[in-house]
Amino acid sequence: MGDKITLEIMRYDPEKDDKPRMQTFQVPYVYEMSVLDGLQYTKDHLDQTLTYRYSCKMAICGSCGFMVNGVPKLGCKTFLRDYFPQPVRIEPLANFPIEKDLVSDISDFIKKLEAIKPYLIRENKGSLKDGAYSQTPEQLARYRQYSMCINCGLCYAACPQYGLKNEFVGPAALALMHRYNTDSRDQGRAERIPVMNAEEGVWSCTFVGYCSEVCPKKVDPAAAINQSKVLSSIDYGLHLVGKAEQPKTIDDRHRISERKEG
Amino acid sequence: MKSSHQVKTLQDKQWNRSNEPIWWSLFGAGGVVVALILPAVILITGILIPLGLVDPHFMSYVRMQGFASHWLGGLIVFAVIVLPTWHAAHRIYHLSHDLMLKPHQLYFILCYGLAFVITIAAGTLLLVV
Repeated sequence: MGDKITLEIMRYDPEKDDKPRMQTFQVPYVYEMSVLDGLQYTKDHLDQTLTYRYSCKMAICGSCGFMVNGVPKLGCKTFLRDYFPQPVRIEPLANFPIEKDLVSDISDFIKKLEAIKPYLIRENKGSLKDGAYSQTPEQLARYRQYSMCINCGLCYAACPQYGLKNEFVGPAALALMHRYNTDSRDQGRAERIPVMNAEEGVWSCTFVGYCSEVCPKKVDPAAAINQSKVLSSIDYGLHLVGKAEQPKTIDDRHRISERKEG
Repeated sequence: MKSSHQVKTLQDKQWNRSNEPIWWSLFGAGGVVVALILPAVILITGILIPLGLVDPHFMSYVRMQGFASHWLGGLIVFAVIVLPTWHAAHRIYHLSHDLMLKPHQLYFILCYGLAFVITIAAGTLLLVV
């Protein structure tokens, strides 16, 4: 007992500070402590103005993403013992604006996520009495790993292309696009295809692969994007000979749905 | 850092089809040649023949000319020269983007232009051998 570990925490209050600054805290070191525990000790005992985001403490909500010694990590899944006795530097996620202290504003990612329509799209709504859509284990295996995404944004903090040009739709959103495109129950690929084919879609990725390395849920966005590149290239070839799938809009879907119901 | 607050929603955004599949397909084909065939070419022409471990006669001028002037041999030589060139051009062009070198168009023309010139040159030379 009695060991202490140094936390170097980035602080930024947009109402007071011109730019972010680093502040150092000494917290008691216990073998079981996560980075998030260290932050909570700091807030409870040393500086209650420290602001950070967290919820579940079990790597499922995706709220506590930070840069830990420059690497995007979940605070609850990263342990101080892996750094002790060296100091640990904690900063907000890279490539996003800072809201306050360790809270980054990931709303740009959320907009990208909305744009790829991350939900099952059916041309016409089934009725409850038809029962659930069944799926074979093979059909499930095709998209399952991509469905593990918890929208934590670590992959955006890792992606150098997103850092250079934030018009890029980015790793998690494109991995989720692939997840729905490869789901046998989904019929919405034609609505997502324009995003996939765009420069800001899969084609801004240069397959650095750091997104897949930092993902706390072992999703492999780099693989998803590069599989989508193959689909997009096939679609490009079909487009050249005038046989490409016609991109659809949400209005088209409603028209089809009404036609079938009516 | 651009603030994401500037973008309200992407719902009305126009997504334009990229021409990248052309360059990426050539890059991919070149990658296969670089990974699978080029090491063998380097081993034979760069190590085994110069060290005399293989009878130099196997790569004599006459035999090589015969190989390159046959349509299939010519096609193989063409692919081995041209595809890795497009592969390299694509990689270097994207490196120029990573290094934030500007203007992009200049590097685009330099990289893919050189690959195009090499393609035409290789094709022409193979047709006359």
